Amino acid sequence: MTTTTPPVTTQEPVTRGRRRAQLSEGARAERRLGWLLCAPAVIVMIAVTAYPIGYAIYVSLERYILSAPQLTKFVGFSNYGAILSSPFWWHALVVTIIITVVSVAIEFVLGMALALLMYRTIWGRGGIRTAILIPYGIVTVAAAFSWLYAWTPSTGYLSAAFGNAAPLTSTWQAIGVIILAEIWKTTAFMALLLMAGLSLVPEDLLKAAKVDGATAWQRFTRVMVPLMKPAILVALLFRTLDAFRIFDNIFILTSGNNGTGSVSILTYDNLFTGLNFGLGSALSVLILICVAIIAIVFIKGFGTAAPGTDLQR
Amino acid sequence: MAATARQKAGWSVANIVTIVLVLIPLVWIISLSFKTTASITDPTFFPTHWTWANYSSILTTSTFLRPLLNSIGIGLIATAIAVLLASMAAYAVARLNFPGKGLLIGVSLLIAMFPAIALATPLFNIERILGLFNTWPGLIIPYVATGLPLGIYTLSAFFREIPWELEKAAKVDGATPFQAFVRVIAPLAAPGMVTTAILVFLFCWNEFLLAITLTATLASRTAPAALSFFTGTSQFAVPTGSISAAAVVITIPIIIFVLFFQRRIVAGLTAGAVKG
Repeated sequence: MTTTTPPVTTQEPVTRGRRRAQLSEGARAERRLGWLLCAPAVIVMIAVTAYPIGYAIYVSLERYILSAPQLTKFVGFSNYGAILSSPFWWHALVVTIIITVVSVAIEFVLGMALALLMYRTIWGRGGIRTAILIPYGIVTVAAAFSWLYAWTPSTGYLSAAFGNAAPLTSTWQAIGVIILAEIWKTTAFMALLLMAGLSLVPEDLLKAAKVDGATAWQRFTRVMVPLMKPAILVALLFRTLDAFRIFDNIFILTSGNNGTGSVSILTYDNLFTGLNFGLGSALSVLILICVAIIAIVFIKGFGTAAPGTDLQR
Repeated sequence: MAATARQKAGWSVANIVTIVLVLIPLVWIISLSFKTTASITDPTFFPTHWTWANYSSILTTSTFLRPLLNSIGIGLIATAIAVLLASMAAYAVARLNFPGKGLLIGVSLLIAMFPAIALATPLFNIERILGLFNTWPGLIIPYVATGLPLGIYTLSAFFREIPWELEKAAKVDGATPFQAFVRVIAPLAAPGMVTTAILVFLFCWNEFLLAITLTATLASRTAPAALSFFTGTSQFAVPTGSISAAAVVITIPIIIFVLFFQRRIVAGLTAGAVKG
């Protein structure tokens, strides 16, 4: 009767065997394939950004001015201290936040309206779709020049329309012009992404809702918007991140004069005009932190709508 | 689906208003490009004195033609590479289960967030050391790297919506994961890939900051950078006419590009919505 061996000694090998058997051939192949497919993209991204990011963080802790490299030395967080106690930084931050919030909000509303128009219009669909993509296709710099000349006194039609006004020389009017330029330029991007999300809403659901007596607005908010959540998340997230780093339009329209500079313009001035790499790098890191906060807020807010985070298995 | 006359009228108004609003700045810059230098300061919308001089001056100079070529070449190559890599990664993210997926998303989000400004300085140093400064690869590689997050995110959003069952059915029929990808998923994913390619190309075309910092001569300077340097080399106050003409010439390839791909986008997207 040697069958009554103590269960303890035979249990461990059995469990381990069971665990190893659970990682089946299929699962292992899937893992390998997953890594293999991601590898090229990851390699490129890391190679081009790991060193610069690391370098930027390192340099931000130094006093490093290109025109006087012999004075380079480690100064810890004093660059950050200088920035955070400077009214220029806070003003630039406020300007940036205002431009971001206002332009993204308006772009979202207009973009949604345009997406609906493109998707549902009865005629002229091709014409509208092309027309809408033109603002997005024009080089930002070129469009910025168009606005610049439009608002320049004695050259521009918009300036003349407002009595030879010169909005680009006064802070808040210039910011208004910048926001207008931003909206005109990138509403199409929003509309394109939202339209893609819109096309994923099944026609049958909408018809069923209509049969159930839902109004157009109810069909929109109760059926379309929830199903479009992933597309909305992508559109809002990328647009907000882009808007926060606004540079091109401001560079051409005002060069950041009269207090219209965003945080990116401030960084550019410190990096390439002031040649202060230490301060410029510290500014970059701060911008990165701000942007990280925005991203975290978004993803938490939208929850499981983020692509890839909820895999129905 | 018969549309009432009122519905048609309503859509017509909406269409026309949209088209007009969208086209105004474009028409303005076109009209500026035809204005004579003397009449630039007349704030009329349409030119009072027409001239082709602005176009003839920029189209006969390599200071503009070469950057245009650079933009097209760099944009196409960077887009092709980026979409290829992003498709592979997005497929893995949306469909497969493997450790490190969250890390990939996190890293690509980090890269998408990074301000181009701070990327420009160290890249300037590296590229000079590697001999990539002021070359096509010198811009293509950063463009691929910064376009990948956009590509991966957009594509994985598309790929998520493709029905699972098709892939499993293919596997039941004996296809390997790779075959399932090529024969079943790829055709369904094509519309998403086209849209992503358009977005990435337009991003490369528009890119300004890296273009002005990582290039020095016509060898690799792209159109936006060249446009901003037009201003600097003028002996008159501002070469408004030349810049306007250059801006118009830059836009035409894009319009053709969009027209070419437009039907594919529309067909792909609407086909995806009506799944039998």
